[in-house]
Amino acid sequence: MTDETILADVTELLREVFDDPDLAVTPETSAKDVPGWDSMKQVMILLAVEEKFEIELSTREMDRLRNVGDLVAAIGSHAKAPS
Amino acid sequence: MNKAALSWLPEQKDWTQQFRAAKAGPAPLPEWVALANAPLDFIKTDMLNTAYRKAFPAPPPGLSAPPIRLAVLGSSTTKHLHPALRIAGLRRGFHVDIYEPDYGQYWFELMDPGSPLHEFAPTAVLFAFDARHMTRGLSPLADAAGAAAARDETIAHVQACWEKARAAFDATILQQTVLPAFPELVGQNEQILPGSPAASIAPLNAALRAAALQAGTHLVAIDSRAARDGIDAWYSDTFWHQAKQEIALSAAPVYGDLVMRLLAARFGRSAKCLVLDLDNTLWGGVVGDDGLDGLALGQGSAEGEAFAAFQAYAKDLAGRGVILAVCSKNDEANALAPFEQHPEMVLKRADIACFVANWDDKATNLRRIAESLNIGLDALVFVDDNPFERNLVREKLPMVAVPEVSDDPSTFARCLADAGYFEALALTDEDRARGAQYQANAARASMAGAANDIGDYLASLEMRLIWTRFDSVGLSRTVQLINKSNQFNLTTRRYDEADIKQMIANPDCLGLQLRLVDRFGDNGMIAVAIMVRQGDAAVIDTWLMSCRVLGRKVEEATLQILAEEAGRWGVATLRGAYLPTAKNGMVKEHYSKLGFAPVVTDEPGDWYELRLDSYRPPALPMVIEAVQPALA
Repeated sequence: MTDETILADVTELLREVFDDPDLAVTPETSAKDVPGWDSMKQVMILLAVEEKFEIELSTREMDRLRNVGDLVAAIGSHAKAPS
Repeated sequence: MNKAALSWLPEQKDWTQQFRAAKAGPAPLPEWVALANAPLDFIKTDMLNTAYRKAFPAPPPGLSAPPIRLAVLGSSTTKHLHPALRIAGLRRGFHVDIYEPDYGQYWFELMDPGSPLHEFAPTAVLFAFDARHMTRGLSPLADAAGAAAARDETIAHVQACWEKARAAFDATILQQTVLPAFPELVGQNEQILPGSPAASIAPLNAALRAAALQAGTHLVAIDSRAARDGIDAWYSDTFWHQAKQEIALSAAPVYGDLVMRLLAARFGRSAKCLVLDLDNTLWGGVVGDDGLDGLALGQGSAEGEAFAAFQAYAKDLAGRGVILAVCSKNDEANALAPFEQHPEMVLKRADIACFVANWDDKATNLRRIAESLNIGLDALVFVDDNPFERNLVREKLPMVAVPEVSDDPSTFARCLADAGYFEALALTDEDRARGAQYQANAARASMAGAANDIGDYLASLEMRLIWTRFDSVGLSRTVQLINKSNQFNLTTRRYDEADIKQMIANPDCLGLQLRLVDRFGDNGMIAVAIMVRQGDAAVIDTWLMSCRVLGRKVEEATLQILAEEAGRWGVATLRGAYLPTAKNGMVKEHYSKLGFAPVVTDEPGDWYELRLDSYRPPALPMVIEAVQPALA
């Protein structure tokens, strides 16, 4: 699983969470770039990531997330294919 | 794996497409209700909630109940539960407005009459206290007495919250039980450490249950649900630390449903009747093909035992007041044969209030069942092993609940229990006797077939209508009738026990509970009327009746009692209103039929008046008896 495929999966997931099929996502995208990305949505994204990639992110990993690129890297470090 | 899921709802293959269409709009309410009746996860729940609120910022027309104004009073983050609460309401045709005080402010807002909470005027209050809040006075070093004192103090605080809310609002009070969120300090024998937080949860919940029973508070039993789903499906330390969300977002859809099924019960919208298919639902095999000997039922095979166990579950449901019916594609003689001849049948013909076996489609037959039992289609739950029949009924009769059972009979009972269709807030002796009442109804109906004339038939029933002023003995049944009668209900005003107690104490208010007895048995309390003295008129605030005594002149007899009692007050007229709802069309002409004249007022509803000096009681096929109330 490469960073590119993870980013594609994360993009799809974010589009679902924000119910916006056209949402543009890059590794640099962060909460401030997306209207409605508040703390509530942050939890929703983290939980959706855990379910989709069948991983459990640690508290430290969650705390260190600054943008989508960090999230992709955190997922990659768990190195497990999505179901 | 997340096991807290709405597993009883059917998957909708084209859900996303339908959702996009509804979102592009404008879509009428039933389409949104249909979208809510799918096994939605937290993401789809959130999407649907956002789109629904955009489509209907104000309550839409066609709701099945008045909008619910829900106050969520929690001790940690609960905002993530709002979408699921609204969508679980929408699933039942409810529009839910939610107010939540700022974090940690619930007590201050409750105490301050000028607070936004009081301004919101909730019709339902949900206390959602997390485990840490509920054990805040407990030290792990406490001795047994100290642990008990901490528990007592917590329960006293919770009771004070309920009392405050009850006094301030005309609201249903809901309390969430405590989630077992703590790790053990000792191990399996946690009880050796009296102050252990982990060990404190079970006794705390037991104390909450006792207190709730006493106060008439209804519990959202997330502890039971988490025991079934697994605590990890409901709680994660990671997300507690991340966002102070005690209830996992992934469990929110089930949480919302648990809350809303209580409110559905409160507003008389729980299902009343379990309709059962026969072949491969109550027994294994097809009776018409395999014959009695060929059925898998009872001892002999594991599958046969599973079918018998499901029958036993249905019989126990009937024992607590759920009506049973059969809807089967079969020749009637074949369908009846196992009930009459198979030794392993747990259900007997007499347990079934309405038995329909023919070759018509099931939607048509479900209509017949609802009509013959005098209940709404939305009071039916239909269990059928056959996906084709389930889908046909869902398509033609979306208001009938059709759980998505698997093809394994071992799972049927659990599926029904998980879905919570028959959620009840109180059980009365009448509930327990309901099966016998419906049996007696069947006997009455067969006699009606034999009698030539309806008047002769009614006279032959030897009816006695026994009435009593509201009293403490009848209180819970009175409140139940007031809150669940939808069809024969002139004003559909809902009152709780506290309201009724006030009426008992008010000399200008007369509440009547009526019981009908006949030669086939006691029908129990079947009608309630409330009359209020206003100047020279007696105004009928509430008049409702159980549909199972329709056509028996109970209305005329009730009017005779009301007229006599109004006469005692010395008033000149009896006045009453019909307030239309989606369900009470059957009583639109009620007052006209009884000889009332329409009057024009600026109050809502259709108003009618009867001058007492012109009223002559008709001849009635029953004896009316007054009984002294029992006031505790």
